[in-house]
Amino acid sequence: MADILLVLDTGTGFWNPVAWILGAAVAGAIALLLYALGERGYKEGTPQEEPFLSGNPEPGGGLLHVRAGNLYWGFLDAMGGYYERLVSLHTGDLHDYVLWYMGISALFLVAVVVFR
Amino acid sequence: MIPQFVVEHSPALMVVVPLLAAFVAPFSGKVSHAARAVLVGGAMGITSLLALVLASDVYAHGTRIYVFGAGSAALAVPPDSGGIPVRIVFAVDQMGALMLVIAAVSSLSVIVYSLASERGHSGLGNFYTLFLLMVTGILGMVSTGDVFNFFVFLEILSIASAGLVAFRIDGGPAVEAAIKYFVLSTLGAFAILIAIGIYYGEYNALNMALIAQRMQFTLLDKVALALFVAALAMKCGAVPMHFWTPDAYSMAPSSVTALLVVASQASLYGLFRVVFSLYGVVLNAACVGWFVIVLGVLSMVVGVTMAIPQKNVKRLMAYHAISQTGYMLLGVGVGLAVLGNRPFLEAFGYMAMEGGLFHIINHAMYKGLLFLTAGAIFYRVGTYDLNRMGGLGHSMKWTMVFFIIGALAIAGIPPFNGFASKLMIYESVFAFNPALSVIAMVVSILTLASFVKVFHSIFMGPVLPEYRDVEEVPLPMLAGMGILALVVVFFGLFPSLVVDTLVAPAAHALADRGMYIAAVLSGGA
Repeated sequence: MADILLVLDTGTGFWNPVAWILGAAVAGAIALLLYALGERGYKEGTPQEEPFLSGNPEPGGGLLHVRAGNLYWGFLDAMGGYYERLVSLHTGDLHDYVLWYMGISALFLVAVVVFR
Repeated sequence: MIPQFVVEHSPALMVVVPLLAAFVAPFSGKVSHAARAVLVGGAMGITSLLALVLASDVYAHGTRIYVFGAGSAALAVPPDSGGIPVRIVFAVDQMGALMLVIAAVSSLSVIVYSLASERGHSGLGNFYTLFLLMVTGILGMVSTGDVFNFFVFLEILSIASAGLVAFRIDGGPAVEAAIKYFVLSTLGAFAILIAIGIYYGEYNALNMALIAQRMQFTLLDKVALALFVAALAMKCGAVPMHFWTPDAYSMAPSSVTALLVVASQASLYGLFRVVFSLYGVVLNAACVGWFVIVLGVLSMVVGVTMAIPQKNVKRLMAYHAISQTGYMLLGVGVGLAVLGNRPFLEAFGYMAMEGGLFHIINHAMYKGLLFLTAGAIFYRVGTYDLNRMGGLGHSMKWTMVFFIIGALAIAGIPPFNGFASKLMIYESVFAFNPALSVIAMVVSILTLASFVKVFHSIFMGPVLPEYRDVEEVPLPMLAGMGILALVVVFFGLFPSLVVDTLVAPAAHALADRGMYIAAVLSGGA
């Protein structure tokens, strides 16, 4: 009964979420143990808590937050050629939407008729 | 505990209750906000209960046939009708029951959420009328055994959805998004109507089971198949017919967007019903299966890569919805491609279909949850622009927790439900074609990367000065998100329970065309 409830048969293997959670809990306990053995000189409420920005004062007004537009710049730049083509297909023009729909309908019809 | 009368008439009642409540909603608002809340919340609660009662009955006793205007299901084919089921017939097998469970849980969570999120807006009478009509359309689509009624419910759904996409007029973009959605939906519905006309002209029938029994797969049937499949693939947002999806999903109120996800899945159900139950092994399963697989792969890759550069959180999530639909198409497409090959079907075809169908129910839960969290953020900060957000994890802790659950589930991280269904898809699709499985895994990694960006942009970092006074959203909104989050966690912890009791019977019912035909034409299981 426990197997039926907990073990998912995937055809070529299986997956037991409860065993995974137990494993994660053990790994977490080990990590906590290592953490507890670490630096003991930390004191709350002291300047130790403040970020060190090469000696410069911490900027206010949310300037420390890295905004979404700055994330994955490298990935998007490296994939520039791909995105140039892909984004240009998304014209926002309803005529294009209809053309794609009609085109795929026609393509599927040809495929069904040809590959009998 | 549930009266037999209710169980017996649940197929009709679950459509009638939201339909009647839809038209009473504007009047109840004249009494008071509380009266309207009781009406729409109560109606949705009863509807969900009826759908769950029907689904449990189907899983316990087999396909349910409900014949409107007849005393019993045995009269599905009247003795004097020449063997043609002339009445309106609802036919709910395990596949339909699975969709009923999805629609019931999602709709109930969304209505609880919307009672708080929409409070304070004007035009709520019309809002709930359209909302309940959407629910009527979805439930009707997944219950009917008649192609013309499928068209009618699809139209109810499309018209109500278009109205709701445009509901919060935002200087024009919402109306533009609704017009795009409506034009494409109308074209799709027109194509489906032509296909239905072809069936009626050829087979003198509108009942799906009878059309399936008489199916000859003539040239006209191929035309009808193409019209049906392309229209429903477009309605479920498959690439490259997906362009309406980010427009409509991003402009609709978030509670509506969560229901639009279920609506898209009802179209996916229609697509599967047509190719498996109407045509089945009669068609060239490998050709159509590969067509569905290609649509699935394109949807996965284009959806996720278009999501990464988005700055509007709802557009980003909409592209992810397209990407996740790709997984469903891939899983079920593999099952379809090997439908005529019994050893392959047994070896990995059924598992691929089960993975695809399990992903439908999982996706409805976690994507609905994610759209509701986006709505919660908008409710407090008034923007969907990720560049203008940050530090909200300090003040919206519960919303952040629900977002993390949804994000980890969509990225396929264990032990959440998305992992279980994706694992089934990876392994079974690998046996069919390893390259497809590798693509699916890469898409999952990109999905995780995308949601790490969203999480960082919204919740991490110091408290921004403009959001210093932001508070957590009201309790009903948290309750709506909480219901879905609980389902996501439960399905992740006990996936085999869900697969064995809900998904596997649905996959086998979908693949067994003969059983569907026999059940309908004989009046039930």
